[in-house]
Amino acid sequence: MAKSQAPVLEGWFAVENGEPHLIGTRCESCGTYYFPKQSLFCRNPACDGETFEEVPLSRRGTVWSFTNAMYQPPEPFVAEDPHVPYTILAVELEREKMIVLGQGVKGLECADLKAGMEVELVLDTLFETEDQETITWKWAPVA
Amino acid sequence: MSVDKEIAILGIGMHPWGKWGKNFVEYGVKACREAIADAGVSWRDVQFVSGAATMRCGYPGYVAGATFAQALGWQGAEVNTSYAACASGSQALAAARSKILSGQCDVALVVGSDTTPKGFLKPAPGDRPDDPDWVRFRLGITNPSYFALYARRRMEVYGDTLDDFAAVKVKNAEHGFNNPNARYRKKFSLEDVANSAMVADPLRLMDICATSDGAAALVVSSLDFARKLGRQDAVRIAAISTVTPTFASGVVEMPDIATDSAAAVDAHRFRAALPAKAYEEAGIGPEDVSVAEVYDLSTALELDWYEDLQLCPRGEAAALVRAGDTRIGGRIPVNPSGGLACFGEAVPAQALAQVCELTHQLRGTAGDRQVEQARVGITANQGLFGHGSSVILKR
Repeated sequence: MAKSQAPVLEGWFAVENGEPHLIGTRCESCGTYYFPKQSLFCRNPACDGETFEEVPLSRRGTVWSFTNAMYQPPEPFVAEDPHVPYTILAVELEREKMIVLGQGVKGLECADLKAGMEVELVLDTLFETEDQETITWKWAPVA
Repeated sequence: MSVDKEIAILGIGMHPWGKWGKNFVEYGVKACREAIADAGVSWRDVQFVSGAATMRCGYPGYVAGATFAQALGWQGAEVNTSYAACASGSQALAAARSKILSGQCDVALVVGSDTTPKGFLKPAPGDRPDDPDWVRFRLGITNPSYFALYARRRMEVYGDTLDDFAAVKVKNAEHGFNNPNARYRKKFSLEDVANSAMVADPLRLMDICATSDGAAALVVSSLDFARKLGRQDAVRIAAISTVTPTFASGVVEMPDIATDSAAAVDAHRFRAALPAKAYEEAGIGPEDVSVAEVYDLSTALELDWYEDLQLCPRGEAAALVRAGDTRIGGRIPVNPSGGLACFGEAVPAQALAQVCELTHQLRGTAGDRQVEQARVGITANQGLFGHGSSVILKR
């Protein structure tokens, strides 16, 4: 029986036409983007906007920096046993002018990465239990 | 700010850093008593106790000011407790300065003390998807992840090398070797650093600071009170900057999962803003600084601070460490105490420990670690949730 799937964070990402994207918001007054979503008050000190539209964030960006996790993080991270190192990428989104963090896809190593490289957002398993797979966004090099 | 906006540092005290496993109150009282004795005042002269809170030691930690006022013996002093992550000590100091400069008290005691758990710093328990600190740990992004992203960025943009980062550790280990309050007193070579375990590429175990128990305290007063004590030559605090970031903050900061968007306004650098405000307040510039104590959470982060303190143009910090400029005896010594590399971080005590070290340096009582002719010192640190500080001392 296939495992059920659940997002690690409810309402943080979605799939449209087979393509996953992060869900952000955009201030209708000044155009500032927010991730995670902001829907009450704009944080731009020059803006008193209180209305926001939900927008898909750019699926592609460029690597700002990268690292990996050689040691098992503490809870609430759920680690494999034994811990399997993974990469972490900081990715610059051009339209939103923001940097978003996320794990790199399974198998990606620091040696494969370079600042300025183009990557795209994919959905992948963060961890799994016997009956459930927890899904998160990850960054993958553009083929 | 003009001269009459300064306060005097009458006394300093510390409990050695380590992993002693005792109650934080014990360390703090030791540091307070030492600072009071060093100041040449009596505990009953202290009119205001300003504590830096610890979040890891239960209720007494949340009300650190009152905890120490009680431990030293209630004597009717007013109390305050400040929490500002790594800048808690500086905010507690700023509260004392305000009290003194507004004429509400002459003498204040400022103290920070902590007992830390083992291993990675963890978020508070429970499922809290609205808390960015919970979110990033859930996704597997720890404190070293952020330090490593900054370090790798330096390598990619400025061409810094692993040896440059290791050279910071080697320097700080030499500086702290004879510091009786340092936890790690051992010299290391570049090879030792290169052979330590990789934690978060490119940072190895010896590039990243540990967490420690420790305590630091200061007795501060008005300049008038210092003069009456015959301490007109006391080291002075010329500036305390605790500015928040300016939107849009362009560098991804712990514990956030993303930066602000700079789609509508320009991006700013938070770290650089902290000392900039301190320089402005003290009416001096980076060229006046003789010695600095910076928050080397990682070796690479110390290099970022050289640039944020404007000790060199952006991108050129590695050249400073390569040339030995930031060693004791160099052009602008940084972390003569040994820094976090030799201390490990004791959050509420650390910003005050930086001030204690600079007080020693400016008094000329730093012994083996003495920076010759030190006249102006600056501290810098940065913590979670838009907290940070920079304090300028002069004599």
